[in-house]
Amino acid sequence: MAHHKILTENVHYADQHEIGRYEERGGYQAIRRILNSDPLSIMEEVKTSGLRGRGGAGFPTGMKWSFVPRNTGKPIYLLCNADESEPGTFKDRLLLERDSHLLLEGMMIAAYALGSHWTAIYIRGEYAHPAACLAKAINEAYQRGYLGQGIFGSDYGLDIVLHRGAGAYICGEETGLIESLEGYRGQPRLKPPFPAVVGLYDCPTVVNNVETLAALPWIIKNGAAAYAQIGTEKSKGTKLMSVSGHVKNPGVYEIDLGYPLLDFINNECGGVREGHSLKAVIAGGSSVPVLRADELAGVLLDYESLKTAGTMLGSGGMIVLDDSTDMVEVVANLQHFYSHESCGQCTPCREGGHWVEKVVKRIYEGQGFPTDLMLLDSVCSQIAGHTICPFGDALVTPVLSFIKKFRNEFDEKIMAALDRHLV
Amino acid sequence: MSLENLKAAEDKLAQIVKRYPNKRSALMPALYLGQEAVGYVSAEVISWVATKIGVSSAEVKEVATFYTMYQQKPVGKYHLQVCRTLSCHLAGAKPLVNFLKEKLAVDAHQVTADGLFSYEEVECLGSCGTGPVVQINDVYFERMDSEKLASLLERIKTELPDLRYSTLKDELGVGLADMPRSQLVNLKEGKHGAS
Repeated sequence: MAHHKILTENVHYADQHEIGRYEERGGYQAIRRILNSDPLSIMEEVKTSGLRGRGGAGFPTGMKWSFVPRNTGKPIYLLCNADESEPGTFKDRLLLERDSHLLLEGMMIAAYALGSHWTAIYIRGEYAHPAACLAKAINEAYQRGYLGQGIFGSDYGLDIVLHRGAGAYICGEETGLIESLEGYRGQPRLKPPFPAVVGLYDCPTVVNNVETLAALPWIIKNGAAAYAQIGTEKSKGTKLMSVSGHVKNPGVYEIDLGYPLLDFINNECGGVREGHSLKAVIAGGSSVPVLRADELAGVLLDYESLKTAGTMLGSGGMIVLDDSTDMVEVVANLQHFYSHESCGQCTPCREGGHWVEKVVKRIYEGQGFPTDLMLLDSVCSQIAGHTICPFGDALVTPVLSFIKKFRNEFDEKIMAALDRHLV
Repeated sequence: MSLENLKAAEDKLAQIVKRYPNKRSALMPALYLGQEAVGYVSAEVISWVATKIGVSSAEVKEVATFYTMYQQKPVGKYHLQVCRTLSCHLAGAKPLVNFLKEKLAVDAHQVTADGLFSYEEVECLGSCGTGPVVQINDVYFERMDSEKLASLLERIKTELPDLRYSTLKDELGVGLADMPRSQLVNLKEGKHGAS
């Protein structure tokens, strides 16, 4: 099946990051077109397109914008979330490195629609090369008068500031990102109030993912109706999938939403490695529940179908596991990640995360006890839903879903340990 | 030496502060500048940042210790970060760490006697499709194995390339972005040059 190329149309050009080349290929046309129109009409256009947040939550973008009060007398801030840190996710990096101006134009459109004059890109600290690409693109845009006072000769002024994080997964959570950008530890805030009302410096703020913003130039150029025709009834448009693990061709793919998951793995990604069979798929980044191979028939890559299947599309960071995989090892690896990345603010997550990691690790190392799975269940039930941000829920997802789906592998390790104790 | 470097970073910091509606937002960039100048976030860097941003040293330390990329003690001229998270793990990250431990004969976070190398395991670097990845200073080296890593270490030893997008340069990484990735990791032809 031929998928639409809305985000990745030009990423294969080695010179696409240069502003001149970007413009030759149709860049900066969408923003020029809207600069004299009513900002609210742009917001309506985005609403009509059905575009949903591509960072993981899938919240309708236009609706998120509509929560911003415009008459408070305070500045409105637009922030681009380029903190891409969800294990298995490397889709934004492709756009940041290969088509930086596409993101900048998307930000210009969003900022104009929101009435924002100061915006920032929060990029994870490890992305030094993508940050360098962006810095260059931002400089080029300023030199041409596409950023700064009166962009493209209009009376609308806009600044984009590049802000590097410094190694903290939690800064991908939007209020953690805001705290970090304000110069504090990236510890998420209690919601409500939501950032749309009380965000950066207590002002109305919208945080959008790179991929979400990068879709805007196409939507403006081709119309919301054209975008809404792609995908399914509720999951419209295209999605970047970053695929890793045991497939022949890992990488970033742009697919029309609603594409069958198994077709995607077999046709686009070349299937699993030679001589192996598919065992399981983590469809949308490490924080979503795992699906066994026998549960994948008929599952489509869109928000609703994956929800029905008991998981989520998330960030689109797909990790494919073949029959050589030790599932207890996978969970031990992931729980180390989650205990390391807890921001430490809420006790259930800070303390519980370490306990979960320790117990899974001892099962993996053949030191588990028969009561350990009950213990894990108990600890997890005291974390999920008891924290300020969704990290607590994300933390318990791998361990609980893998135990549910691959219970026998945990039992086998625990029984083997028991035999050893008895001997 | 480090005091001079910090002094040299002051103009740069003044420019950065101007970008933000609120001075405190420049705290993290200031920590980067300090770390770049001194090599790690020393007590000197903490108090420099505190003075420049206008907050207490305790507040700066609170931030500096939250983020993993601010080094709390000196690291090697080349600091290797091996991604240990799932996709890299499946692709063979653990053997790389074992190799480094044996080859460099130091534990994680320790510096080799010649001051050249240190290493640590880090969480997902966003290189899942091209793992396992080793980040050396600012540059990603992807699809690594022990053999490639061994020859890379040898080349670094002899060529001493600059693998940093220096935050002290005019703008972060400007100029480097022009180079395709393949050249970035090609030490011999890379414009980083030998220092």
